[in-house]
Amino acid sequence: MARVTEVGASGEIALEVRPRARSVPTARQRAWRRNLTGYLFIAPWLFAFLSFTAIPISASAFLAFTNYNVLSSSLNWIAFDNFSTMYQDQRFWRAVRATFLYAFTAVPLKLIFALGLAMLLNNARRGVYAYRAAYYAPSIVGASVAVAVVWREMFGKQGPINGVLGALGLPVTAWLGDPATAIWTVILLAVWEFGSPMLIFLAGLRQIPQEFYEAAAIDGAGVWRRFRSITLPLLTPLIFFNLVLQMIFGFTVFTAPFIISGGSGAPLDSVLLYSLYLYQKGFRDFQMGYAAAMAWVLLLVVACFTALIFRSSSSWVHYEADTEARQ
Amino acid sequence: MIVPRSLAKPTFGPAAIRTGVYHVAVIAFAFVMLYPLLWMVASSFKVSDEIFSNVTSLIPHRFTLDNYVQGWAGFGGIPFVTFFRNSLIYSVAGTLLAVSASALTAYGFARLNFAGRRFWFVMMLMTLMLPIQVTVIPEYILFSKLGLLNTFWPLLLPRIGGQAFFIFLLMQFIRGIPRELDDAAAIDGCGQFGIFWRIIVPLISPAVMTAAIFSFYFTWGDFLHPLIYLNDPRLYTISVALRTYSDPAGVSNWGAIFAMASLALLPVFAVFIFFQRYLVEGISTAGLSGR
Repeated sequence: MARVTEVGASGEIALEVRPRARSVPTARQRAWRRNLTGYLFIAPWLFAFLSFTAIPISASAFLAFTNYNVLSSSLNWIAFDNFSTMYQDQRFWRAVRATFLYAFTAVPLKLIFALGLAMLLNNARRGVYAYRAAYYAPSIVGASVAVAVVWREMFGKQGPINGVLGALGLPVTAWLGDPATAIWTVILLAVWEFGSPMLIFLAGLRQIPQEFYEAAAIDGAGVWRRFRSITLPLLTPLIFFNLVLQMIFGFTVFTAPFIISGGSGAPLDSVLLYSLYLYQKGFRDFQMGYAAAMAWVLLLVVACFTALIFRSSSSWVHYEADTEARQ
Repeated sequence: MIVPRSLAKPTFGPAAIRTGVYHVAVIAFAFVMLYPLLWMVASSFKVSDEIFSNVTSLIPHRFTLDNYVQGWAGFGGIPFVTFFRNSLIYSVAGTLLAVSASALTAYGFARLNFAGRRFWFVMMLMTLMLPIQVTVIPEYILFSKLGLLNTFWPLLLPRIGGQAFFIFLLMQFIRGIPRELDDAAAIDGCGQFGIFWRIIVPLISPAVMTAAIFSFYFTWGDFLHPLIYLNDPRLYTISVALRTYSDPAGVSNWGAIFAMASLALLPVFAVFIFFQRYLVEGISTAGLSGR
């Protein structure tokens, strides 16, 4: 015991050391100690949460009603002016449209690829681990500047995509110069990173008892029927999970549109995704008030969509797998 | 009693053909998936005028290491090793901070009972879904008022609280450890920190590894924070350096850019190859993802 008491002298350990020689602490003292120990453990988190999350969010909410400019340090209360400006801001609406197009195509496509490939790779064939690694690899580098730079050159006028199309006798095009195609290169980059949700689906597929499929096959269920009635319902918790995460990523993607459009959102603002426009307003034009207002709009939209997915989940997410799956 | 299909399968015949088709299809698609990365590496070994003339090929006509020599010499008068070092400082220090704080917090939430625990836990979970855009502006103002722009402080300080994803992952693991171990240690005279340090940390070390790997990935690839906080080119991390010196209008030496892009991804793939096991564990238990 003596050893431990010495350690206790130097820090929080002392709080939980109960030297037997001393009198038994009262219930109140024990509760106080318990609380203190708990808060000491979460202290770093709590400090960071308050200083870098809670207070900044509140500060954002305040700034949204001001015209704060970090360079000139002007700070005036302008009530809802930022929001009415936003309502009339053509670029803001283009950013909203581009972001919705991006999120509502990239996320479903990504999840479809993830599920399809997970099913294709859910077996014990030779080499299947290598295949999984190969399909997962893009996910770990996809969000980097290096890959975005490579992606931009891939779709450049003289890039290998046009090279392949030309070699096949197909028409080549300026992918990044045409507003109709530029955004799709960014979407494709997101879809290319389907590896993480794929691995999550694979983990889920392995949990489904093989007997379910055998029983269904004996009852005459075909491949499609087995997929619709067994695989899909049992995976809905993971589909739900992936959908929420990817939706949030989708609304906030920054690096890819920034690099691919050279920071401008060009051509014709077709790649001006929301975070990119927010960056331009806040850190290029230093209109922090306006950017804060935009950030709050983003937060509310993300919260709405998350709530919508959570609300709808009771009608399509099945949790009985937890109780039925036997070990 | 069900015979595993693989045992019942004949060596030749329709099943073998199906297996063949399967492998060909999966490999072909894997090639398409990996092509951009292979193209990047191949281009880094091509001489400059070959990169966009022999554009689709993955095999250089004339193999050269010049791009690496030139790229390593740096951009704008700053050697590439400076950017590499900056990225390393950010990601190693950031990872150490984030992971140790996450472990402490996870232990607090998973094992200790204190007033307000549920409330703070819910707050922690909510930060999982918080777009960083909402906090980045006031954070920037704060750090600029503190005079900390162009230092690593704005990148590192927010990480002293750990990261919600890692806290959640580590909590899942701590919950799987029988409480009897804690009790036994307490009887032997361990305080809460002793239990955490001697019992819990060794048992959750695989999960700590997982968190460390992802933390390394997130910080190594981080672009937004270095972009807004670091304006001095000597402080640039690789991501900001690559962005600055790959501006399509100003680039003359694409080979060097591709070489440095490949080098930027090298640590990521090295970690991937050596620690695959931990990655897969992290993804399947807490849904940690690569981005």
